[in-house]
Amino acid sequence: MTPLSSLGPDSTVKLSQLGGDRSFQRRLMELGLLPGTPLRVVRRVPMGGVLEIEVRRSRVTLRMSEASQVLVTPLD
Amino acid sequence: MRSPLIALAGNPNTGKTTLFNQLTGSTGKVGNYPGITVDCHIGEVELPNRGTARLMDVPGTYSLAARSEEERVAIEVIAGLSENPNDRPDVVLVVVDATQLNRNLYLVLQVLELDIPTVVALTMVDVLESKGERIDRASLAKELGIPVVEVTASTRHGFDDLCAAIDSVLDAPAPTAPWTPPADLQVLLAPLSSALPPEWNAKGARSTALSLWALLSIDDADEHVGLPDSLRKAVAACRKSAEDAKRPIEEEVIASRYAWIDERSESFHPSGEGRVHESTDKVDKLLLHPLIGFAVFLGTMTVVFQALFSWSDPMIGAVESAVGWLGAVVSGLLPTGILHDLVVDGLIGGVGAVLVFLPQILLLFLFIGLMEDTGYMSRVAFLMDRVMRLVGLHGRAFVPMMSSFACAVPAVMATRTMERKRDRLLTMMVIPLMTCSARLPVYTLLIAVMAMPGEESNFNQGLLMAGMYIFSTLLALLVAGVLSRTVIKGPKVPLILEMPPYRRPHWPSVFRMLRQRATIFVRDAGGVILVCSLAMWALLAFPRHVDSSPELATMQAELAQRTELLSSSEAELYEAQGAGSLDPEERIGADFGSRENRAEFQAQTYKLESAVSQKLSSERLATSYGGRMGRTIEPVIEPLGFDWKMGIGLIGAFAAREVFVSTMGVVYGVGEDLDGESSLLRDRLRRETKPDGSRAYTPLVCFSLLVFFALACQCMTTLAVVYRETKGWQWPTFLFTYTLILAWGCSFAVYQGGVALGFA
Repeated sequence: MTPLSSLGPDSTVKLSQLGGDRSFQRRLMELGLLPGTPLRVVRRVPMGGVLEIEVRRSRVTLRMSEASQVLVTPLD
Repeated sequence: MRSPLIALAGNPNTGKTTLFNQLTGSTGKVGNYPGITVDCHIGEVELPNRGTARLMDVPGTYSLAARSEEERVAIEVIAGLSENPNDRPDVVLVVVDATQLNRNLYLVLQVLELDIPTVVALTMVDVLESKGERIDRASLAKELGIPVVEVTASTRHGFDDLCAAIDSVLDAPAPTAPWTPPADLQVLLAPLSSALPPEWNAKGARSTALSLWALLSIDDADEHVGLPDSLRKAVAACRKSAEDAKRPIEEEVIASRYAWIDERSESFHPSGEGRVHESTDKVDKLLLHPLIGFAVFLGTMTVVFQALFSWSDPMIGAVESAVGWLGAVVSGLLPTGILHDLVVDGLIGGVGAVLVFLPQILLLFLFIGLMEDTGYMSRVAFLMDRVMRLVGLHGRAFVPMMSSFACAVPAVMATRTMERKRDRLLTMMVIPLMTCSARLPVYTLLIAVMAMPGEESNFNQGLLMAGMYIFSTLLALLVAGVLSRTVIKGPKVPLILEMPPYRRPHWPSVFRMLRQRATIFVRDAGGVILVCSLAMWALLAFPRHVDSSPELATMQAELAQRTELLSSSEAELYEAQGAGSLDPEERIGADFGSRENRAEFQAQTYKLESAVSQKLSSERLATSYGGRMGRTIEPVIEPLGFDWKMGIGLIGAFAAREVFVSTMGVVYGVGEDLDGESSLLRDRLRRETKPDGSRAYTPLVCFSLLVFFALACQCMTTLAVVYRETKGWQWPTFLFTYTLILAWGCSFAVYQGGVALGFA
């Protein structure tokens, strides 16, 4: 398992585990980031320290610090 | 029969606002949500059968679950949780972005759980189709069990079908929810439904949905206020039993809803993988590029700043001349006296004090509207997030903070681009610390006074001015850091949003928003500002009749004598000329010695006349209520190095900071039509001495005044706008008090420290 924040653009992975507090997890899950969901890193924006991903055909942007709490595994 | 109420819900960035504007047209206005002091847009829609219906805009949200007050607005409005059943929506219209269908459907499922007639308005279908994709609308409508109507807000395409669909569900029974909690979860929820407040009117499916909402939204760390304790206890017990059974409730519920969506995703999207984000990706490649993106960001911010700082000048000038013209016209119509002064100086001056802010407000909101509409604002928020977060501010606080270098009033209003109350409050509380342009004349004057004649160095003066800007910015950030950890503490909120696709701005919506902002300012803040202006005017204009000081009395007597002599000499001269009995030269010679002497005498008299008038206003001001207040506060401001005359200046500056300059002009009898660069006032202040003969405006005193002006929020307009935006007096009072204490403390430290170091 690797943190989402360590991935480069265009990596496609599967979400395996969510860290952080309950509200953070709930928020991510409500945006479609559930364990087992495939996702793709669209881009990293170093200037703002954020990461944009595509999940369930929708786009979500989150901070690197928060992306480090999202653990992913390679697609089978 | 009351008119039907339609709640307009949807994810952020779905084009919901444009749809609202286009549906309601000119009937849209800003009000409050029932029972909540949060601005709410409400308007009217014509339905083919049921006639006029009310349409209420719900804040954009990804889910109905809520932790904070602002997130709770959505469930409160959609489910109609207020005590008044009239506020319960009859239909929920959910805007669904076809390009992000799955995520949008998550909200639709939650709304349908609540057992309310619902219609889906599908937007962005044209964007989807231009990429060769489509959505099977029939399949969507069938699976959800509700009408799904395609609309394009900007062209009003599909509006008739939408209104017909709303009409049709109004009279039909509510549909069965496509997703309901699985049976074992319903068992767990059962004890909760009896704990729901009676005004929630929870029955049947609605009761299950609200219980589920409570279970997912209430915990020890939420920010809800006003929820009954019994409900909290029931939720805690329910959560405990789930934890004991090792059931991750959140994941179970959310995954189950998404499973429903995923199972049908293929049938909703019959045409393969999407490239709908392609064009936005291309633009983002540039705008989020480390170098190009940063350059574009700097360029955009420079344009916004220039617009507020310089380009607004002609418009402000136009407002001022219009008000001045009105004053002059009215002034000519009214006889001199109290009524004249009240109307011209008090009333018209006060109206001018309100209107003069409109240019900057409109300009700032024009740029904000364009940045929001195109989607660039979200990028700015992400780009600035890292820096702003250090001091607890939101990335979106950047534009308001930057605008406050021009003026705090539009900047405070601009905080509404932030969703959370805490973020808005924090930004509003530090905005007034930034160096606004109204402080510039004051700084210019004080910095000029500091230097001794002949020792003025433009470089040093410029350096000090720049220093004031840096000082105010650093202090604002520091205070934000402190406040965010103390008074305005709140849980850290993860920044998980979307970068919305770039879109062309919808101009009618932008202009409508500008009109609304202007109306809100004039209507809601204008009254307070007008009352304050009148109070300030009265404070400095009353009492009207005062006894002149002996010095002034002597001057007045001399003036009377001289005027008398001049006019009698003149009268006699004319008489004599007319009668032909006397040589005019002889007559002048008798009175003044020579014609030259007479001219000299006349010039001196004019000078005396203006001196008397200035001394009279000066003494009037000194004995006015405001002037007496200046004396009263002298003991308090003495440790800062200020005397009562500066005290009057500080009181006068409450109307607007730059008024300090003209108030000082009156106090020192050099006239009131002055700007910060007036050498007359500068030299007068340099000459001013204390009773012991030493200089009153030493560099140290000036510096102490500078610090005081930088920190104190002595601006009634800012306070009035904070009152409007926070809808109460608590925060403006806090703002005024803390900045005053901070200003006093820092000036005290500067002055007393300076004295101790021998700079006095």
